[in-house]
Amino acid sequence: MEFLGIILLIFVIICAISVSLTKDLLTALVIFMSQSLAMAVIWILLESPDLGITEAAVGAGITSLLLFVTLKKIHAIDIQKASEKESRKEEAISDGENQA
Amino acid sequence: MDFLQNYVELAAMVLFGIGFTTLLLHKNMIKKIIGFSIMDNAIFLFLAAKGYIEGRTAPIVVDGVQTVEAYINPIPAGLVLTGIVVSVSVTAVMLSLTIRLYRRYHTLDIDEITALCRKEGEE
Amino acid sequence: MAKIRPDYETSWFGRLMHWLENGSTALDDAMTDEMDAHSRDHLVDSEHHHATQEHALEERRHAALEREQRMYSSLHQWASTKGSRLMRWVYIVASVVMCVGIIALLLNTAANLPPYGDPDNPVNNEVSAHYITQGQAETGAVNIVAGMILDYRAFDTLGESNVLFIAAVTVLVLLRLAPSRDGKPTTEMLEAEADDRLYEPKHDMILQHQANLLVPLILLFGIYVVMNGHISPGGGFSGGAIMGAGLILYLNAFGFRKTERFFTFRTFQIVSLMALAFYACSKAYSFFTGANHLPSIFSPGTPGMLFSAGLIPYLNIAVGLVVCCTMYAFYTLFRKGDM
Repeated sequence: MEFLGIILLIFVIICAISVSLTKDLLTALVIFMSQSLAMAVIWILLESPDLGITEAAVGAGITSLLLFVTLKKIHAIDIQKASEKESRKEEAISDGENQA
Repeated sequence: MDFLQNYVELAAMVLFGIGFTTLLLHKNMIKKIIGFSIMDNAIFLFLAAKGYIEGRTAPIVVDGVQTVEAYINPIPAGLVLTGIVVSVSVTAVMLSLTIRLYRRYHTLDIDEITALCRKEGEE
Repeated sequence: MAKIRPDYETSWFGRLMHWLENGSTALDDAMTDEMDAHSRDHLVDSEHHHATQEHALEERRHAALEREQRMYSSLHQWASTKGSRLMRWVYIVASVVMCVGIIALLLNTAANLPPYGDPDNPVNNEVSAHYITQGQAETGAVNIVAGMILDYRAFDTLGESNVLFIAAVTVLVLLRLAPSRDGKPTTEMLEAEADDRLYEPKHDMILQHQANLLVPLILLFGIYVVMNGHISPGGGFSGGAIMGAGLILYLNAFGFRKTERFFTFRTFQIVSLMALAFYACSKAYSFFTGANHLPSIFSPGTPGMLFSAGLIPYLNIAVGLVVCCTMYAFYTLFRKGDM
């Protein structure tokens, strides 16, 4: 536990700080994922293999997946909104042409 | 008393503080949710560190040895196991609320959402 | 009698005394005379004078109101620009101070806790000793943690599975887009499906080949972890999450068309409700047999065998199914708003 554990704990803390400091959301998510993986190794070092397996599957896997899907959904909504605006503009232009 | 003898607990507390600061200082909802998850991890780390005993192995009976001196404390492991799974479901509910808010207000900024909400209430 | 200064009449003290005695000094009289004369000129058109006075009053009131309004608006402007920035800074500084204070307090407390890794800590009391020494004989599980959460604390785990199910239902309520009454998909659903395909190629060869290889392995590993929960590390929660991750990989590689053949909303309903009902029924017999010790009517069997440890393997399977369905449901609901 001693040496590897201390290195991993420092890594986890650095990850948490850089999650807080990064501007880009995608980068923050990837860093958070790596933090969860480091936590999984820490569980093994703390002699709790049950927790290690669960954290690797749940924390690093499913939670990050859900966060990624949320980001994707939000970008999709953004693009949809932009295209809606454009189509409205086009409609307005074509209306104007028709009236002319 | 040596200040650094409980270094795992100290790291857990620092993690908790970082998560709390993220939760307070960021306006972005997804950053807030990540801060919440970091706080979760810190609590689990603290609990698991409390159950650890130097020089003993995981609580899985090997070769029929059933003495207290052979294994670590199994209770925190059981508690944290349930906690990890609950934290995922809490995260999922928070994220779905975020998606709903984004669909309506087209922003992730909690201040802007509050302002838009108030404006809607006045109308 | 005191000598009177020559300029007593015009000095301020003399005028004050005079005013106290007679009401007004000669100088004042002269001033009032002059003012009277001045006003007598205006008295000629007193009507006009009155009107102008009122007009002036009105103007003054107007000016005062305007000044007040200008003040308010500048205050508002200050509040919305500089003031909000100031409040933001105050908030940031206050929260940083609070966080640093909390961290310092927690660090101090953690440093004064019983030493890390010491067997004589108060956490390691007779409860954990009982679990370790008697656990295998009473539950039949080799993995003491599994025996603990699925036998001694089985009700806790039942509540836990219900929490997962409730979370899945909440996400369903928040994100599901139902088809209209006549079964046709609504525009919202079509939009969501279009969104879903935004960033990904429809048939990614690399991903599909990898998924062909990996998905069976992942599902098999998940089943292994669930079935061996009472013998080796793992159990319902971790194995269910692994199986859910395998299903998600399959979905990502092959799309909703293929997964809908074996996993729909109906499957989610039936599987998770059956699993929860089985769990609840198999633990409810304790109510009828007297819930003092929650003894198992199933024999623990030979520890270390696959079908041993009484009910624990079956409860593990039930929990694993609930977790698997819930994780998959989260993912599909986030992506498409339906299953």
